[in-house]
Amino acid sequence: MGVIIGLEIHTQLSTASKLFCGCSTDYRNDGPNTHVCPVCMGLPGSLPRINRKAVEYALKVAKALHCEVCEEAEFARKNYFYPDLPKGFQITMYDRPLGVNGYIEIEGDDEEKQIRITRVHLEEDPGRLVHMGGGDRPRYSLVDYNRSGIPLLEIVTEPDLRSPQEARRLLNILRATLEYLRVFDGDREGSLRVDANISMEGYSRVEIKNISSYKGVEKALTFEITRQKSLIRRNQTIDRETRHFMEARGITTSSRSKEMEQDYRYFPEPDLRPLRVRDWVEYIPLPELPSARKDRFMIQYGISLNHARTLTGDLRLADLYEKVARVDPVLTATWIADTLLGELYYRDIGIGDVPISQFIELLELLKKGSITGKGGVDVLRILLDEVAGKKPVEYPSAIVERLNLGKTAGNEFLHLAKEVIANNPTAIEDYRKGKKGALNFLVGQLMKKTKGRADPRELGAILEALIAGKETEV
Amino acid sequence: MITRLDVQHIAELADIGIASEELDEFTHQFNEILDYFDLLDQVPEQECQRIPECNIWREDEIIPALSQEEITRNAPGTEGGFIRAPRVM
Amino acid sequence: MGFPDPYNAFITQCEPEKKGEGRLSGYTIAIKDNISTRGIPTTCGSRILEGYIPPYNAFAVDRVLAEGAIIVGKTNMDEFGMGNTTENSAYGPTLNPVDTSRVPGGSSGGSGAAVAAGMVRLALGTDTGGSIRCPAAFCGIVGLKPTYGRVSRYGLIAYANSLEQIGPMARSVEDVALLLNVISAYDSRDSTAVPKPYDHAPDPNIQGVRIGLPEEFFGEGVDHRVAATVYRAVERLEEQGAETVPCSMPSMQYALSAYYTTCMSEASSNLGRYDGVRYGLADDFRKHWHQAFQEVRQKGFGKEVRRRVMLGTFALSSGYYGKYYLKAQTARENVRADFARLFTMVDLIAGPTMPTVAFRLGEKSDPLSSYLADILTVPANLAGVPAISVPCENVHGLPTGLQLIGRYYDEERVIDAAYAYEQTTKKGG
Ligand SMILES: [Zn+2]
Repeated sequence: MGVIIGLEIHTQLSTASKLFCGCSTDYRNDGPNTHVCPVCMGLPGSLPRINRKAVEYALKVAKALHCEVCEEAEFARKNYFYPDLPKGFQITMYDRPLGVNGYIEIEGDDEEKQIRITRVHLEEDPGRLVHMGGGDRPRYSLVDYNRSGIPLLEIVTEPDLRSPQEARRLLNILRATLEYLRVFDGDREGSLRVDANISMEGYSRVEIKNISSYKGVEKALTFEITRQKSLIRRNQTIDRETRHFMEARGITTSSRSKEMEQDYRYFPEPDLRPLRVRDWVEYIPLPELPSARKDRFMIQYGISLNHARTLTGDLRLADLYEKVARVDPVLTATWIADTLLGELYYRDIGIGDVPISQFIELLELLKKGSITGKGGVDVLRILLDEVAGKKPVEYPSAIVERLNLGKTAGNEFLHLAKEVIANNPTAIEDYRKGKKGALNFLVGQLMKKTKGRADPRELGAILEALIAGKETEV
Repeated sequence: MITRLDVQHIAELADIGIASEELDEFTHQFNEILDYFDLLDQVPEQECQRIPECNIWREDEIIPALSQEEITRNAPGTEGGFIRAPRVM
Repeated sequence: MGFPDPYNAFITQCEPEKKGEGRLSGYTIAIKDNISTRGIPTTCGSRILEGYIPPYNAFAVDRVLAEGAIIVGKTNMDEFGMGNTTENSAYGPTLNPVDTSRVPGGSSGGSGAAVAAGMVRLALGTDTGGSIRCPAAFCGIVGLKPTYGRVSRYGLIAYANSLEQIGPMARSVEDVALLLNVISAYDSRDSTAVPKPYDHAPDPNIQGVRIGLPEEFFGEGVDHRVAATVYRAVERLEEQGAETVPCSMPSMQYALSAYYTTCMSEASSNLGRYDGVRYGLADDFRKHWHQAFQEVRQKGFGKEVRRRVMLGTFALSSGYYGKYYLKAQTARENVRADFARLFTMVDLIAGPTMPTVAFRLGEKSDPLSSYLADILTVPANLAGVPAISVPCENVHGLPTGLQLIGRYYDEERVIDAAYAYEQTTKKGG
């Protein structure tokens, strides 16, 4: 059964000040209501003023997503009443958005595909509500208006996605694009929020609100597909409704509110003038975007498509790679994509916290063959544990020396190899009969004795030579 | 013709409380006023003039916020720098 | 404590301050209570703003203080500016100093009465559909609604953003011009403000100025005694060298509908912020948000405000937006087009400010009949052009106003003509 998914993505733009006032957008380390002024508090008589940078950022994104920029864009009021919405309306764009009819390329389930972008527009974020009194029935709410007025970019896609995995991939590439454009700071709380529309082909559409992470999107959609398919199997109807995603429990629940019949009574914001910025677009330079960088990585560094895709999928990762690639582009790509990422994720360490010069030295040791792959992993883990523990980070050469991880040339293990051969006559017999597995067994035995300090391939060669009676050659 | 039910619905949409004894009065007045507004049906089409002013904005510069004390001083209820509001759930 | 206020012109009286230096040094001034004043309660004549003390000054307030004026107090008004009698105030009606059985007009009735009674030399009012000119006419003083964009609205508590302006009120055209001069400095915090500060001293020479007299300003619904008085005033201007031209403004027939639809729509949105959370009348915190919000609005807003918020909500609601809000904007275009056409032929348009003299207290109890009295003032707001009301002869002892409307940013000519007329009345003629 076909699945049809469209996304509405809200992302914070990383301007220094808010969309309509001069309050700072960086309130991460400050108490509630400390970045608030008459404008973002909605005090009577205050008036909004458009932040030029926010318009520029929005145009950058519109251009990167191949949108047509409208000749005249206009802010409008979306009227609804909620305690975190200080003016009783949200200033957003309605029938005159900044950009329309764009697209973004993603790696689809089958092949590369274009997901159409319906529109891109600017709007302000509301404040933040805390429910007090616990349990299912809070007694009252507390409001913090620090977030009120943070610039948001809303990006709406056409229902062109066919699976939760495609949805996640779209978010990944979109996030990377926003980072490359330097209009987005993924570290900020609530920096990316998603509403999703999902339907099974031929059935009613359900809207899922309140998804605040990438993994959440995939989870919510997967849950919803299972739910809707089982309703269809049991011949029950799928209601056209709005559902909320409960991140902690991984399920969606019917919001059962009057939101369905919400009438926002949009009209043009009379306190602001229209934007006529289409002519800017050609003068806005776009940086190299993820797909272009991916292609360049493959050509310039000779790395695989998969590695190039992984490395360019995150701006900081791609930058890190280019800083250390000179040691050996292919070796470096393999180490970052296949080992470093997982170790960082395991320890919840950001890419920005990777100790560059230590990492370069580690790659150099690996390239020279001074340590084995396994030894390299050990060193990396020690390094990252030190980062995670906020301890001084040692240099790999010091760790290698301290723990005697240095790779010993295989011939130093000659006597150990002889011991192994002497102790396993049956395996030798099997090997001579042509059983490949026997050699692997012998290498394993020898690895144990060398405590992993030697290269298994080299050990295999020594054993083969010994068994063949060519001791002198090794 | 606006009915009492319509007025109740409008009050609900506007989120404004209305007492039942006010309903007749409001219904009567709304009908009078909206009948008068029907004059708008006779408005001839007119090309909308482009507002000459556009692109009025400010640079992305931080202006110091008000202090938490100043910003919460007018609030009927506060708690640890937060502003109190009725429950929404 | 405080000073006697026999006409209930003030909602809040201020502690006397020392006069500052500047062009208004030592001048007393009253501020309409929908203009924000730092540290001084600002209520908009509404219970819903009970206890609210703005942490900042409106731009116009900063300007008058910078020029040395002394703020005497905050004046009474129809709640949020919604009315033309000042009876729609949570703080009781203001009385007309000329005849205390009558209203002072509105919504800037407190400012009008305070100036007329000599309690202050100057006042700031606001004009959304006539709210400066109506009390000026009813109280016998001068009041000017500037061109939309001339004076920053920063700190003016919004009723209908696309229509309203802060403007000067005083007993003489000279004082009105001086106050306009002070408050029309450019303020970038209002994105609809235009950097065109007014800088002109009144000049009574109006030789060759062409004045249009639209028939609609003297026709049905206009008290013939008021019309006759205004015609005589226009004759005085002709004696000073002005030429008059009969003309017509067909868009007047739906101007009032366009005005009320627009101001109600904008008000329904502007007044959504009064929810008892951040300031003003407190919510009942034991209740659910939705219920507490409805109740605080029922309790905090007077009937006329609730009426307009509901009708404005209706006019913007899906299914009716096209019939009301959008049609009103088209009607506005027609009014603008009418003015544009007339101003290719004439320099000014003249007529009565109000179709009648001041109403008796309680006379306008029916909302629609009260709305109809705004017919002559709303066209200037719909188009955004400047308009002044200057006192002419009394009718049965009650003041009337001559309204002069000019081209965009042509306050100079509006003020000069008003000044020329004022000079003729001073000669005792
Ligand atoms: Zn702010």
